[in-house]
Amino acid sequence: MTRVMVELRSRPPGASQDPGALGGVTGTAGPRSVPHRPRLSARLAYLMQKVLKPNPANRRFGGVVERSALARKAFTAAERASKETLFGCRMCGQCALPVTGYSCPMGCPKELRNGPCGGVGPGGACEVYPEKRCVWVVGYERAASQGAAADLRRLQRPIDHRLWGESSWLNYWAGRDDHLWTADDGLETAPLMGDHG
Amino acid sequence: MSLLRDRLAAGEFTITAELSPPRGASAAAMLGRAELLRGWVDAVNITDNQGSHVRLASWAGAVAVQQSGVIEPIMQMTCRDRNRIALQSDLLGAGALGIENLLFMSGDHPKFGDHPGAKPVFDMDSTQLTWTARTLRDEAKLLSGKELNPAPRFFLGAVENPFAPPVEYRARRAAKKIAAGAQFMQTQYVFDIDVFTRWVTELGELGALDRCAVLAGVGVIRSARMLDFLASGKVPGVQIPEPVIRRLRGVPPDDVGAEGARLAAEVIAAVRQIPGVVGVHLLTAGYEKQTPELLRMAGVDRTRYFPAGTNQPAAAALAGKSPDGH
Repeated sequence: MTRVMVELRSRPPGASQDPGALGGVTGTAGPRSVPHRPRLSARLAYLMQKVLKPNPANRRFGGVVERSALARKAFTAAERASKETLFGCRMCGQCALPVTGYSCPMGCPKELRNGPCGGVGPGGACEVYPEKRCVWVVGYERAASQGAAADLRRLQRPIDHRLWGESSWLNYWAGRDDHLWTADDGLETAPLMGDHG
Repeated sequence: MSLLRDRLAAGEFTITAELSPPRGASAAAMLGRAELLRGWVDAVNITDNQGSHVRLASWAGAVAVQQSGVIEPIMQMTCRDRNRIALQSDLLGAGALGIENLLFMSGDHPKFGDHPGAKPVFDMDSTQLTWTARTLRDEAKLLSGKELNPAPRFFLGAVENPFAPPVEYRARRAAKKIAAGAQFMQTQYVFDIDVFTRWVTELGELGALDRCAVLAGVGVIRSARMLDFLASGKVPGVQIPEPVIRRLRGVPPDDVGAEGARLAAEVIAAVRQIPGVVGVHLLTAGYEKQTPELLRMAGVDRTRYFPAGTNQPAAAALAGKSPDGH
C-alpha cells in the first residue's frame, strides 16, 4: 500500500528572513518581544520612581480608580500609552522596570527576567535581533549609572500570565506584586558545596 | 547517586563533555560515541534540542546513557520548549528514572533552528528553572506549593558566558544562578584566559565558589572552515579573540586542526592553574575519537580510573567507579 504523505509544514524552514515574521510573540498577549531602547533617560526614570512609589497617596488614588470599571479602563489605557512610548511596554501587568534600570525585560525575545542570556554579541547586540541592543546590557548600564546595579541581583520569580493587559501600577500600589522579586540574591544563605547528601 | 557531585565536592579535577542525541529514533550511535569517552570523562551533557534543532529528547538520551553504564549523564533542560507545568513534570520524571545531574539554560531562540516558526515558550528563565528544581528537591514542593511525595534527588547545574556583555555583570549573574541553587557551572568556550580568570576571581570574592564548582568550557577549533565560522561572529555567544585567530591563521590550512588541538590542550592546562576551577567541560561534540589524545596532550592523568598497568579504560570504569577503589 502506498501512503501519500501530506506535508504538514506550512512553509519551508528559513523561508522568511523578515524579523517581523519570526513568531516572536512569546507571551499570550501584547505585541512581539523586541528589544526597545528606553526613551526616558535613566535619571528621569529613577526620579519618576519616587513619584510612583506605593505611598499612602498613590495607594488611596489606586483604590479610588479600582472602584470604577470605567476609571480603571481609562487609567490602564493611559498607562499603556505612556509606557509603550517610553519603554516599549507590552502590558505584562507585573512591571519589573523599577529594578531593571528601566529597560523592559519583556522586550527580550526570550523574556528573561533575571539578566542577559549568553548570546549577547560583542558590542552588546541582541542575539535574535542583532540590529538592537540587548535590553539587559542597556538595563545594566542605566542601573549602574544611577548607583542601582545591585537591583540586578534580585531573584525575579516567574510571572503570572493571567495578568497580561492589566495595569501594573494598580497592581503595584495594591501590593499585589510584592512577591515578584527578592530583596537580594540571597547568595550568603545558599547551601555550601557538599551540604546536600 | 551522583558521582559527579562527589568528585566536584571533593575538589577532584573533573572532566565533562557534550553528547548530542541523534536526529532519529535510536540512541545506538550516541552510545557508540559515549563508549569512546569511557573513563576519560566523568559525565556527559545530553543536549536538549541544541541550536533549536529537533533531536531525540534529552531525557531519553540521558536514560539510555545511564542504562548503558558507560558514563554518568547530565540531562540538559532548556526553557525554550516547555512551560512550567511540563518542566516540573519532566523534572519529576528525571527524578523517578534516577537522572540526578541536571543542567539548566535558557536555550537558543527557535529562529536559529530547523523550525524557525515554532512558538518560543520561555515561560521561565534558567535562573527560575534552577530555583524551581531546588524547590522540588529541598522543599518537596511544586511552584504551586503542592507537596511532592517523594521529593527528587538532584545535582543542579547552570551555565554562564563570562565573555558576553555586560562582562562586568557576568560574575554577579552567575552568582544569581548559584544563589538559585546551581551547584556546578559550565562556561562557554574559554579562549581569553585573562577575562576568565577575572570572572572566577570575582566569583571567589563573592563566596560563590564555596557553593558551586566551576568547569571551564574548552573547545577545539578543528579546521580552517570551523575557524572562519566561529570567527564570523554568527555563532551566538562565541567570541574568538584576535590573538587566537592570528595564531591559527598563521599555520597552513591543513594544520589548523592540529594547532587547534594544541591550543585547546594549553587552555586545559592553563585553567587548571586558576584557583577555583575544579574541572573542564569539553564542548567537543563529534570529537570523541580524538578526546583521549587531547587530554593526554593537556597532561591530564586518568590512569587511576583505568585498570592497573594499562592506559585504557575498562568495563569496571563504568558508572564512574574506578577499578582501584577510588
